[in-house]
Amino acid sequence: MSTQTEEFEPFNTDEIEVTRPDTVTVTLKTFRFNAETDYLPYYKQYTMEVGKDELMLDLLNRIKWEHDGSFSYRRSCRHGICGACGIKVNGKATLACKQNALELVALFGNELLIEPQSKKRAVKDMIIDKKDFWDKHAEVKPYVVADIDPHPEHETKQTIEEFNKFLDSDLCIQCGNCHYACPVVEVNEDYLGPAAFNAAYRFTVDTRDEAGKERLELTAQMGQGVWDCVKCYECAEACPKDINPIEKITKLHNMQFEQGVAKPNVATKHAEGFLRGMKKYGYLDEADIVAYSEGYLGMYKHLKTAIKMMKAGKIHWHSGIPFIDSVPKIKNLDEVQKLIEISQTNTL
Amino acid sequence: MSTLKYALFTGCTAKQSTPELLSSTLAVAEKLGIEITILEEASCCGASHLQDFDEFLAHVLNARNICYAEKLGMTMITICNTCQLNSAMTKHALDTNPELKARVNEKLAEVGLEYKGTSEIKHFLYALIDDYGLENIKDKVQVPLSQFNIAPFYGCHNIRPSELHHDANGGENPYNPTSLDRLIDALEGHPVDYSHKNKCCGFHVELQANHTSEVLAGNAMVDAIDNNADLMVTPCPLCHLKMDTYQDDVGKVIGRDIELPVLHMPQMVALALGCTPKEIGLNFHVQKATHLYPETA
Repeated sequence: MSTQTEEFEPFNTDEIEVTRPDTVTVTLKTFRFNAETDYLPYYKQYTMEVGKDELMLDLLNRIKWEHDGSFSYRRSCRHGICGACGIKVNGKATLACKQNALELVALFGNELLIEPQSKKRAVKDMIIDKKDFWDKHAEVKPYVVADIDPHPEHETKQTIEEFNKFLDSDLCIQCGNCHYACPVVEVNEDYLGPAAFNAAYRFTVDTRDEAGKERLELTAQMGQGVWDCVKCYECAEACPKDINPIEKITKLHNMQFEQGVAKPNVATKHAEGFLRGMKKYGYLDEADIVAYSEGYLGMYKHLKTAIKMMKAGKIHWHSGIPFIDSVPKIKNLDEVQKLIEISQTNTL
Repeated sequence: MSTLKYALFTGCTAKQSTPELLSSTLAVAEKLGIEITILEEASCCGASHLQDFDEFLAHVLNARNICYAEKLGMTMITICNTCQLNSAMTKHALDTNPELKARVNEKLAEVGLEYKGTSEIKHFLYALIDDYGLENIKDKVQVPLSQFNIAPFYGCHNIRPSELHHDANGGENPYNPTSLDRLIDALEGHPVDYSHKNKCCGFHVELQANHTSEVLAGNAMVDAIDNNADLMVTPCPLCHLKMDTYQDDVGKVIGRDIELPVLHMPQMVALALGCTPKEIGLNFHVQKATHLYPETA
């Protein structure tokens, strides 16, 4: 610590640098909408000089403070922990308080498109109605379900190994970035979504919890559960805490088989059925996987496509009779057969 | 330039429903003087579905595939985004987790193999762009694609998760990918700019969540059409299968007539390098490109 007392010097306004050579001119094309008064949303442009240390949240603040006081957005902690300030910039899920603005300029150019996480849920500007997110999150019981002694005499401890099972799932701040980046959430309103699945995983692997099976059964449901995941990895990309929700979705799939929750249906048979072709040919048997997953009666749905594919030569005659023996065999097939025999851990 | 040599992991689709993908890949390699050794020993990658059933088994089988590229001392190239993802995921898991690598190698030892981690894995698209070079491809163009508006469809598993792919795909940013656009440009075609170029085609839930699958494919195709695409091109045969073979069904769900030929990335390159549409199997598509290439009728 310095022992010298520094004398207070009032600002001399003549000395303030007026030109700011370190800044970049950025235009923010910003989504504006007030559900109470507007029939349709519109975009307004705000141009400003942006410095290298400014975050997207700083730019949102500057729109409000320097241009239009009615501009609305959620913000609170401004250091990446409350999860309030999720937005989309040029379609990229962004936590405004964590994202450097000029990084996005480097990626997308000098015009940035500022939008809420989900336009169809917009209430006012960046503020959306997150009800579906919270409802789905609550549905997986995102807490430890256990009969807890209200007057315990010792702590309920977790070992390091038990704690490590959570992976990084405990870091979720419920910002909703992954949920509103997920294309299935947009199409299928029953789908629980990546954040809810991450929470389901978090509490299912918790050794103090007793509702694991219930969560696995819920997430095994067709329509709602993990089997409707399209594997696009948008959630992994969207998470500002680098959680990778789809990794937990794969774990939930695996746990459904491990714990006997998975029941034979089109999706589980589709996953397990890959081994049928692999044992026989080394390759997936494309026709068999459809027949096996759908059941022979369910095949009729695909008949028209099969005929089209056959006409185009996609299901072809040159390597054998279609559907019966048309799949080529890999070399050293016996190795694959042996490895399946000695490494398979799950069954349906 | 010294001759580029790769071990090719074909995947299942190129050996079955998209024979034109394999033939056009080999045609491009021949035209450019790239040496390709097909890994005939390689099995299915599990396509993320086997991973859902039994993750460990999927790692063992993918590690076995990579072993064969390592034996040749070559980079393994893929021609399917999903093969790329699942092979790269196994490589990443084994290279960063010695305990898992040991467990996998214990199994592989039973068939006389050992995973070492010495081969890189990259998609053919990035081998062309980053190793062969766009300028060099440009020099070889015989039939410029200048009359076509081509919509690049990137396919999820080449660009996401970005951390996994970073070293193999030239640091492509999943929110603003450029490789296919640049390739189209090098072939003198006109890349179509549309917002669904980096979105999901829905292939993986075709059976269990058909409606979702059709809507996702439809949204992307309609977006391309509305931005004046004559054809779409993709590096992924699964995206191709979804958008080509199910085009009618997708149109019905979306409520639009969709007629959009969907080319495999190597088919597009081969056409520009002077291959005939027949040579590269354009006739194997359900949605024919007859208005562009009458001879494929």
